[in-house]
Amino acid sequence: MNKRLLALLSLLAIASMALAACGGGGAATEAATEAATEAATEAATEAPAAGFECTDAIGCVDIAPGDPIHIAYALTVSGATASLGEDSKGAIEIAIADRGGELVGHPIELTGEDTLCNAEGGQAAGTKISADATIIGVIGTNCSSEARAAMPLISQAGMVMISPSNTNPDLTDPTHSDHHPGYFRTAHNDLFQGRIAAEFAYNELGLKKVATIHDGSPYAESLQRVFAEVFAELGGEVTAQEAVNVGDTDMKPVLTSIAAGAPELIYFPIFEPEGNLIAAQSKEVAGLENVLLMGADGLFADTFPEATGSAASGMYLSGPYVDVNNEAYKAFLQKWADQIGGVPPSGFHAHAYDATNILLNAIEEVAVVDADGTVHIGRQALRDAIYAVKGFAGLTGTLSCDENGDCATGEALGVFQLSDAEVNGAWPPPVLWQP
Amino acid sequence: MQSYRIKKINFTDVFMWVVGAALLLLIVVGSFLTLQEEKYTAVQWFDLAVFGLAQGSVYALIALGYTLVYGILRMINFAHSEIFMSGAFIGYFAASSMQKSGFMQENPLLGILITFFVAMTTSTVLAVLLERIAYRPLRGAPRLVPLITAIGASFFLQYVFRGLFGTHNRAYPEIEIIKGTVPISGDFQIQKIQIVVILAAALMMALLVLFVQYTKTGKAMRAVSEDKAVAALMGIDVDKIIVNTFALGAALAGAAGVLYCFMFRIVTFYMGFIPGIKAFTAAVLGGIGNPAGAMLGGLFLGIFESLGPTLFLDGLGIPAPYQLKDVIAFTMLVMVLIFRPTGILGERLSKTKA
Repeated sequence: MNKRLLALLSLLAIASMALAACGGGGAATEAATEAATEAATEAATEAPAAGFECTDAIGCVDIAPGDPIHIAYALTVSGATASLGEDSKGAIEIAIADRGGELVGHPIELTGEDTLCNAEGGQAAGTKISADATIIGVIGTNCSSEARAAMPLISQAGMVMISPSNTNPDLTDPTHSDHHPGYFRTAHNDLFQGRIAAEFAYNELGLKKVATIHDGSPYAESLQRVFAEVFAELGGEVTAQEAVNVGDTDMKPVLTSIAAGAPELIYFPIFEPEGNLIAAQSKEVAGLENVLLMGADGLFADTFPEATGSAASGMYLSGPYVDVNNEAYKAFLQKWADQIGGVPPSGFHAHAYDATNILLNAIEEVAVVDADGTVHIGRQALRDAIYAVKGFAGLTGTLSCDENGDCATGEALGVFQLSDAEVNGAWPPPVLWQP
Repeated sequence: MQSYRIKKINFTDVFMWVVGAALLLLIVVGSFLTLQEEKYTAVQWFDLAVFGLAQGSVYALIALGYTLVYGILRMINFAHSEIFMSGAFIGYFAASSMQKSGFMQENPLLGILITFFVAMTTSTVLAVLLERIAYRPLRGAPRLVPLITAIGASFFLQYVFRGLFGTHNRAYPEIEIIKGTVPISGDFQIQKIQIVVILAAALMMALLVLFVQYTKTGKAMRAVSEDKAVAALMGIDVDKIIVNTFALGAALAGAAGVLYCFMFRIVTFYMGFIPGIKAFTAAVLGGIGNPAGAMLGGLFLGIFESLGPTLFLDGLGIPAPYQLKDVIAFTMLVMVLIFRPTGILGERLSKTKA
């Protein structure tokens, strides 16, 4: 009996070690990406084109006459964060429709994966996309956690990915393991957003004591860290840096613990529904009745104030800001109303629109068209073309991509304040302050 | 006899005791350090305990459904969390339409009762249907088979609600009468909603105990739980009693759904999963199969989750202790199971089985 138990224990230990060795990636996905790159290079060497020979370092995509230019989206289009994904997806569709659905004489095909705003969803989407060698580029992901899991696969398959809303600094930090070639973003790095949120709280609101809450996601964790660092640097005091779990509902214990430090503002750059719960329950905790609330772009969605109710009134949100008087943006909103209906449900549509245009422009730039209409696209050439983007006039300002993949400059950010109007269904809120 | 005793104490047991003792030591040291720091006031400790009690009451109500069914069928009804969700969801439609028409503002008490009635009826009907369609045909099958059907049924219900009502978060209406706080003395105060939750849960649990102990059906339920075959020989309609058990557990889950929504004011199709898991943990903690154990387990779990991170971990200097809330809850489960393998009140079950 004893021996059997020991044997079982050791078996378990061995099994767990084996599992650990496989790591997040797993053998299956590795095989998949290998197959994908193989398929891609195979397709490249098979090129029957008259005179064209693929000299690209990581292969080419060949598109026969009549075949579509295939791009994919990897967005969170279902679940609690669906408004974020739908917002980006609509903008991608508009950008494609702007070109009549065609590029260099080929129809544009858009397929997509739902990434669920978590690492598992990102991993699954990355695996599927990287296995399809016809895909040239990806618009996605929405959440930084998705990008962390998906990007190694997509990068290895030679594709490019442009994210409209990843903000985690690590993704474009060349010294960090989450940084992969072929990754770009039109979203602002958290280093910008955390800073302006802290500057707003300290300089504009004149606050001296703040607390932060994150949910363990790379997005929220890094954003609150930058916020806390900058706030302390400016001379303020950070009374607590707490965390909750995704899926928690009872936030009162954590809020009570925060109340012990008597902060004037709580900064919680997280998502729905945890953000709603924190906002609503903060009003019910002794000592926090008058505390100011501040969230970030993860909560910048029309569903947030409505679902939170009166507690959301007065709350500050930092988020992407596009000048509503900008003619191009007005035209974009008109297209949205015509083609999709209503107004964009979240704040990253302009970023997604710019991302799609950068991708389509770059494809156009590097495409080699044969006499019979076959198009060849070098994958490395495409990457280089996007790294070389300078002074692109987009809806979110003038974009220039640096060698790490950051295309946004941080100028398209603002602080908004929710009021009763948003609680009763108005969207978007008016901008309060711009750096 | 003596040699038998020595043989019983084996390596695994010793190891488990050492783990248990180490955890206990950690808890004691952590609590001591936290209290010594005096960072939190008595009012705050009181608030934390009350939050935990309210949350624990909801866990307890759901846990009763798991434990009642287990007591009779020896099966874990994993679809129970979705029964909870469906009650909350349909109750939401009742509450929000009454809120919109102004009925809730005029007759708040009646409105709340109607919400409870709608939610409990929905849950009961669904549970009875589930029993009839998914579990009864498999009554004679090996024990793992209904377990898998239960998981299937859980997914089925979840995705039916997702398909019918979409994926977004819905905000539960704010009911004026249960907003605000009631002062006790000095700075001590309790929120009305927490009083409502705790009292409603206590009332329902008391009713359940009375029902099981003093009615004929209750007696029959206890008989079936002890031995189905003999109960059938005594003239008890076993199938009917099983349906009754499912209905009873589901009604409690439906009520728990409404209370949960009163507290957190958010409704989604996946809202059942985590409370379901926690309630199942509470049922095991208390000794599965034992209704009193489920109540105790639920309250324990709620209070530990609420007080634990601050009390045990804050003093040890662990950053962001609330992220470790679930670790504490499940560590406690492991501790209880090490020292009392049948759960807090589990011995009655093991005695009757022995």
